[in-house]
Amino acid sequence: MRIFKALLVVSLLLGFSGSLAAKETKVGFVYVSPIGDAGWSYAHDQGRLAVESMEGVTTSYVESVPEGPDAERVIQNMARKGFDVVFATSFGYMDPMLKVAGQFPDTVFMHCSGFKMSENMGNYFGRMYQARFLSGMVAGAMTESNIIGYAAAFPIPEVIRGINAFALGAQSVNADATVRVVWTKTWYDPATEKEAAKSLLDVGADVIAQHQDSPGPQEAAQEKGVYSIGYNSDMSAFAPKAHLTAPVWNWGPYYASVVKSVQDGTWKAEAAWPGMETGIVDLAPFADMVPAEIQKMVEAKKAEIIAGKTDVFVGPIKNQDGKVMIADGVAADDKTLLGMTWFVEGVIGTTE
Amino acid sequence: MLHLRIIKRQDPLGWRSCLVIFGAVALALFFSAMLLALRGTPPQEGIIVLFKGAFGSRWAIEDCLIKAIPIFLCSLGVAIAFRLQIWNIGAEGQFCLGALGATWIALSFPDQPAWLLLPAMIAMATVAGGLWGLIPAVLRQKMQTNEIIVSLMMNYIAILILDYLVYGIWKDPTSFGFPMTPEFSEAAIVGKIGSTSVNWGLAHCVILALIVWIFFGYTKTGYELKASGDNVKAARYAGLPYNKQVFLVMVLSGALAGWAGFIEASATVNRLQPSIMVGYGYTAIVVAWLASLNPFYIGIASFLLAGLRVGVENLQLDLQVPAAFGGIMEGFILLTVLAGGFFISYRFSFAQKK
Repeated sequence: MRIFKALLVVSLLLGFSGSLAAKETKVGFVYVSPIGDAGWSYAHDQGRLAVESMEGVTTSYVESVPEGPDAERVIQNMARKGFDVVFATSFGYMDPMLKVAGQFPDTVFMHCSGFKMSENMGNYFGRMYQARFLSGMVAGAMTESNIIGYAAAFPIPEVIRGINAFALGAQSVNADATVRVVWTKTWYDPATEKEAAKSLLDVGADVIAQHQDSPGPQEAAQEKGVYSIGYNSDMSAFAPKAHLTAPVWNWGPYYASVVKSVQDGTWKAEAAWPGMETGIVDLAPFADMVPAEIQKMVEAKKAEIIAGKTDVFVGPIKNQDGKVMIADGVAADDKTLLGMTWFVEGVIGTTE
Repeated sequence: MLHLRIIKRQDPLGWRSCLVIFGAVALALFFSAMLLALRGTPPQEGIIVLFKGAFGSRWAIEDCLIKAIPIFLCSLGVAIAFRLQIWNIGAEGQFCLGALGATWIALSFPDQPAWLLLPAMIAMATVAGGLWGLIPAVLRQKMQTNEIIVSLMMNYIAILILDYLVYGIWKDPTSFGFPMTPEFSEAAIVGKIGSTSVNWGLAHCVILALIVWIFFGYTKTGYELKASGDNVKAARYAGLPYNKQVFLVMVLSGALAGWAGFIEASATVNRLQPSIMVGYGYTAIVVAWLASLNPFYIGIASFLLAGLRVGVENLQLDLQVPAAFGGIMEGFILLTVLAGGFFISYRFSFAQKK
């Protein structure tokens, strides 16, 4: 009997202490490229580290996950292992995540850069085109040949929107600036992306911009002795003599706020598209090569964007054929931006 | 003085060749464990986590089976061509064409019932894949081109055709401009077996493997193919139709890869999108060699390789080992097993030098 009582006390104590200990929130990240890419996945992983440093949170990740059926398995395994929040950080993870979200109603799923959502799956992105516009201003002011090269990943709205914003930025300071686009059909392939930049250099580009995850184009620009605009993270370490600035991601604060809301139980599925005012997108520090007056001009524009006084896609904006796509004085709505499949005037290349 | 000589084995190693393969895999595991130790991950735990992730639970095994299906079919295909010493490196492109063919049917006739739609998709996929395989064969026999180069280059053409279609006329109008076709109708999707997450493609694999096995073991054409593969000159001398044989193996090879493309598009992705191409056609070549072109061994090797790929994800999740580790490990295994193949046909002898 005494043994029984003792056991009872012990088990009660165990149960009590168990319920007292705060439950660790497990947060998983799915990346499309290796975190050492210095680009897209690196930027997301910096965000993960910010979450990792939060109280009562552990994180983990799987990198280099292809966007097909493999993604479904990886996301599913995170849910099975009891992760509370899963962030999937590439467009192609959208449908797989939606499938898994249906099977695990108690897990919070967050998808980056897509448009589908459900009860327990939200999507998020940042208005990178704002930072793109600013970096385009820098490129437009620095080019002498008026040919700016742009090594781009895939002709999808996200990338096209970035190119358009970049071209508008360049044209806002230099009406003759043109942007030449080469598609690599890769997100992360240092060799291919470097080759793409070289082909742009061969047609006379003297500033190279990129929508790729590797710093390959930066290296190509430095080797040729011309300027470059990075992307994703400050890539100046890879091409210190070429790198002027870069539109960069800063996911940490946003990720932390999502995880916090899950911990508090206030999370709700939504489509979040915060802009520069939240700091989720920004411009990397200017290199010394950028003259002070250009820096000042760009900073002034940045302050206007942050204050909401101006926007990037305000008409009249014409497409490559000269047809007005966004009417005079009209600011494009999000639906137009999310489904953008045409280039603005002054961009040389096709969207197919 | 001791002198090392390499001697060809007179009698085959038989069941003992299994020991060689196990030894080779063990050696590869050992190398991998050393690599884990070097980066500060406990090696024993690492290997256990890897195996648990691959085969440690019901769903892990299901995941491996799903992943093994396309690898198996592509590999079964390339092995047929390899038998005749025709080096088909184009399974990737044939897989792609298969997916295109199946998608074309699925998008054109979405309202047909499954019993009509699925066989039509399979037929179109195998025809498209088979014809894609036939092109390098015809060029090889009629114009003396090298089938390795041609079949490899045709992979890129195939992928560009896929891109052209999904970025163009097949693009889902509701996808906000993202490159993907609309989702297939219910009838165009290969279902899952019972309560598992494994699709019926697994049954296709078993049946096709049996057919290939019977074809090579019990039919005249199959026997002639084997004979030609062993010695082309002798076969020609015996009056075997070598040209036709080359065409036949490339069509069969392409058709099987195309079948794999059909299953991937229909059962796992439910639509066509560029990310369907993840290199199964190349993996298939590795698998075919690991399995020394035997359909049964190809099944085992596909499953194990799929397991390795699935397990490495677990290793990443639990111990934060980089993704590249999986590729390194695959390389180790291929290297040790192929090097081990040397010991199956040769042996060392130490002789006293006179």
